[in-house]
Amino acid sequence: MSHSILFLAHVSESGSTLPKAAYEVLGAAVKLSQQIGAGLTIGVIGSNVEAAAETIAAAGADRILMVTGPDFETARYASDAAAAEAICRAAGADLILAPATSRFMRVLAGVAHRLNGVVDTHVTSVEVVNGEVCATRWYYRQRIEGVIRRDARPWIVLLESGCNAPWVQSALGAAAKAVVEEIPVTLSDAAKRTVVTGVRAPKSDAQTIRPDADLLFVAGAGWTKRQSDGKPHVDQAETLILEFLRVSGASLGGSKSLVDQSGESQAVLRFMTHLNQVGQTGSTPRHPKGLSTCCHGEEPHVVGWRFINERRAVNLDPNCGWARGKADVLYVADAFEVMAKLNALFSERSQPLVEAATLNT
Amino acid sequence: MTNGYHIVVCGSIVPDPLQTLEPILAPSGPALKNEMMLPAILDPWAAHALYEAAELAAKVAGSKVWLVSIGPKAKLQQVMMTIAQRVSFEFVPVDASASGFADAQATAAVLAETIQGIPGLDRARLLVFGGWESASRGAGATMQLVGERLAILDQFQGVDKLNLQADGSLEILERIEGGRHQASTCLGPPALFGWATGDLPEPRNNPQVGMANMRTVMPALQRAKSMPLPANGLHFLSASPPKQQRQTRVVKDLSAEQIAREIAEWIGK
Repeated sequence: MSHSILFLAHVSESGSTLPKAAYEVLGAAVKLSQQIGAGLTIGVIGSNVEAAAETIAAAGADRILMVTGPDFETARYASDAAAAEAICRAAGADLILAPATSRFMRVLAGVAHRLNGVVDTHVTSVEVVNGEVCATRWYYRQRIEGVIRRDARPWIVLLESGCNAPWVQSALGAAAKAVVEEIPVTLSDAAKRTVVTGVRAPKSDAQTIRPDADLLFVAGAGWTKRQSDGKPHVDQAETLILEFLRVSGASLGGSKSLVDQSGESQAVLRFMTHLNQVGQTGSTPRHPKGLSTCCHGEEPHVVGWRFINERRAVNLDPNCGWARGKADVLYVADAFEVMAKLNALFSERSQPLVEAATLNT
Repeated sequence: MTNGYHIVVCGSIVPDPLQTLEPILAPSGPALKNEMMLPAILDPWAAHALYEAAELAAKVAGSKVWLVSIGPKAKLQQVMMTIAQRVSFEFVPVDASASGFADAQATAAVLAETIQGIPGLDRARLLVFGGWESASRGAGATMQLVGERLAILDQFQGVDKLNLQADGSLEILERIEGGRHQASTCLGPPALFGWATGDLPEPRNNPQVGMANMRTVMPALQRAKSMPLPANGLHFLSASPPKQQRQTRVVKDLSAEQIAREIAEWIGK
């Protein structure tokens, strides 16, 4: 049984708050600490954490520990590991809960080794079963769900986003704000051999990956294949897909066979990269709904849809994978025709709004 | 880098993704039903790491690539029949479980010990490559644990690009949230890289490369040490496939216009 829990977070890129996933993990940490009667400590890492720490100061933690300074502004393994290690040692917690952000996924396994502890990642829930803390996570790329517990402590658990309700300050009366303690960490020269130089992102109008979108739109390799007239229509496919992303606000995913084509010198959708890839060797995004087009819905791709609740697909093959219990609805139709009609519908619906906005100005 | 890099690629084997996986409970914990009968492949992300390693070694004279792989000997041999034809490497097999249910800490300990035992490996030239996750455990933790055991402080995960700079430093692009990359520069080896997909195509099979590799692969397999993977206090309460099976409604008789209206209504709900 854990008697103390550390909620560990880093500041968001804006520097004034925590990442969205961190508030969800805090919600889970507060709930768990109440369930098992464990003390809660909060740890925050960043260049300047005061503003972010203030947003969670009333979460009911006994202590808030922070490692701050310019050395901890960017996501670098050596500095983040030193900071997280220092906070974990100062907290002395049995169970450490943290969000599975790219920054923490890079570093917390190494921290577990330094603490002589253990780590589990991509955890979707932490619960108490028969008095023991247990974690649920997926194995074999979302094909097998396992529930585990660990004897060793400290146990670092990285929780996935979208699995827990975020912590929100109670309107009825907040807990007393915890005292903030700064933990000094000095980096050696060896820890500064790497310098983070920046973030590279597509231009905002070319950004097709939108983690917060309500809809995942997946394009399969069929978009680049020969159509009913015997010719491929890649330019038309690009126009239809980009227009749909524009009018619907959806996030774009791709099947492996489609994104691989760029490396094999075949006709490609120019905006589609490996970053868009969903499935066995791609991402497992979390959106409430998913619409698949020109994709066969084979198992290696569909494992990436594990956390998409409502699924529909458009495919010419009535016996494709989607028809075998993997989608709620399969439309047997030409995706080029359907998407053209769908774009026209969305444009019609947004037109009055655009006109009204124009009149008001 | 005048003398070239010593690139060690960590890559295990996983069941072919087209296979149906059914968990069973064995005395030692969960396992896959008929696991030894399932065709295996080199883990896809580890394979990307291997191809990137070979590409880097080809660019920098004097470089050498080792592939350290954990798995049952028979399965490793089967996978090497394919992989050994793609790029040149020296094979360092370890006869141990490649199960996704094995503990990452135990796997990392075996990998680190094996790497430290490679004769002639020069830490000042060492680049450790691997997949940022596996298609089995999918933890994204093993490489960091290996790096800690090798005292490597410069670690990168979700790597899509590694560029050599004129001054010998390395520029790295790592995947971060929102389809973006974080760019970093590292002074040089030793460093560890957990690769995402990179941007190289799968190399074509080259029988000459295969023949050269197999001269060392088979003796290495015969010499492979059998190593246990302790559970380290990891207990499985359950391991089961997802229960949800959807009742798919197959719509064949609607026009494109009707389908578009139905989808638009569904999206708008």
